[in-house]
Amino acid sequence: MKEKEKIIRVENLVKKYRKADKNAVDDVSFYVEKGGFFSLLGPNGAGKTTMVSILTTTLSKTSGKVTIAGHDLEMEADKVRKRIGVIFQNPSLDMNLTAEENIRIHVNLYGLYAYRPLYSFMPSAYKKKIHDLAEILDLKDDIFKPVKTFSGGMKRKLEIIRSLTHNPQILFLDEPTTGLDPLGRKNLWEYLKHVRQTEKTTIFLTTHYLEEAEESDYLCVVNHGKIVSQGAPRDIKKDLIERYIEIDAKDRSALKKELYTKKLLFTGEGPFKIRIEKQTVYELIQSIKTPLTDIDVHSPTLEEAYLEIIGKTNDN
Amino acid sequence: MITDIRAVMAIAGRDVTKLFRDRMRIVISIIFPVIFIGALGGSLQSNWGDKTGYNLLVFIFTGVFAQTLFQSTASGIVSLVEDRVNDFSQEMFIAPISRYSIILGKIIGETLVSMVQGLVIIAFGFIIGVPFDLQQLLWLFPIAIIACLFGGAFGLIVMSNMSSERTANQIFPFLVFPQFFLAGVFSPIMDLPWYLWILSRIAPMTYVVDFSRGLYYIGKPEYSEIVLHHPLVNFAIISAMFLLFLFVGTYSFVKNERNR
Repeated sequence: MKEKEKIIRVENLVKKYRKADKNAVDDVSFYVEKGGFFSLLGPNGAGKTTMVSILTTTLSKTSGKVTIAGHDLEMEADKVRKRIGVIFQNPSLDMNLTAEENIRIHVNLYGLYAYRPLYSFMPSAYKKKIHDLAEILDLKDDIFKPVKTFSGGMKRKLEIIRSLTHNPQILFLDEPTTGLDPLGRKNLWEYLKHVRQTEKTTIFLTTHYLEEAEESDYLCVVNHGKIVSQGAPRDIKKDLIERYIEIDAKDRSALKKELYTKKLLFTGEGPFKIRIEKQTVYELIQSIKTPLTDIDVHSPTLEEAYLEIIGKTNDN
Repeated sequence: MITDIRAVMAIAGRDVTKLFRDRMRIVISIIFPVIFIGALGGSLQSNWGDKTGYNLLVFIFTGVFAQTLFQSTASGIVSLVEDRVNDFSQEMFIAPISRYSIILGKIIGETLVSMVQGLVIIAFGFIIGVPFDLQQLLWLFPIAIIACLFGGAFGLIVMSNMSSERTANQIFPFLVFPQFFLAGVFSPIMDLPWYLWILSRIAPMTYVVDFSRGLYYIGKPEYSEIVLHHPLVNFAIISAMFLLFLFVGTYSFVKNERNR
């Protein structure tokens, strides 16, 4: 199989803020495949926003090498900027302007259309685009209303749509659903899925919501500026989480005795927790002769894997 | 290059659109000049006007006009750093345009905004009876533009040396407020003790206030009592300071902007 193109390459990235005694990003290396959905997961203060700020050219790195879409981050910052779209943690819309005016300034900043002080002076191609975007956003004439009248979810959608007007290859989303209600989050994710399918945009997400990261193709867990685990979400779960079953019997002493004689390692005094290592759950259950009253197979969630990883790195 | 020109126009245009969208801001922005000119100028003229030999209301009007435009543009530029992590400024900083274009667009935009404020102050001057002949009225426009651009460059050098967003807005008033008195916006600075003399000659606002008065009073009997330097001298000093602030400010802004 042909190896996929690596659209983001980060090698030994270090960032030390002035006046800080520790590195905010501490020798981090990873890459993102073209068209992939990459997540950076970590607690607050882990260095996620610092990494995004560096990758989106708004903060300089201390050392390391980063290339985005084949362009060096420092030497060719303008080329990088043209190829990325960014959804910041804090909304970057001008609340006093209308949705259309926000989009108009964006297309001016990216040199797509010449500046005109009023919508009516804009070329018809632009007007058609606005019409289409209003349709997608289900905004109709509200696109000419000030953004401050929009709901949180609508503002986020508008930011994403705005950032897609210059056809970026990579969309950076820095904790995009912070402050949205569950419905707003669900709608936003549905929209993002649609964007991935239609535009084939590479998604770079930072989040502390596990269920959002669970959807990604590749995941890096960061803590204290370091990557503490990385891989596909299911591999991270498999590697880190202890899989076990909990069993119980009416005659607990008989069960305990049987477990001893069969040399099955367990914890607890009933129910008994048994680690699943080489054998399958089925084999394990079949080998036990004492009548069981309760069997609980524990399947790991990403949340547990995450808490375990973060817990371990905090202890260190 | 074309992208940058479009961006400069868009950044400047946004400031003007915002001003008309937010009418409260126009009202707030002219409250202080109106108080300074109307209340302070009016009361000083009524009580001490006869003793000074010139009209104190007019004296304060010509000072406040330049001071307001200078300060307003400067604070507009400083706001660029203050809100760069909070709002639309983020959008400008990730755009594929030169950092110089952002500064240029912002200075032009804030200048246009302050000019609107200047028009309101002139109208207010008319209402309360500040006398203008045609020449004086026409001079107010170049004075306004120069005060705004100079204020923009001053704001830029202040902003470029601010390490964090918060310090900018905390320190800015301390850099502007003393200049009201050192520049003689409200009170004459013809005679000063040596230490105040030094400070007043360092304060950039001194030259723009004196420039404004120089052009207003030129050819009038009060000129020698009020004006410190010939307008051409002021213009030369303002130009030199403007270029210094602009180049050093832009250089350190671009250098410090990403290097936090």
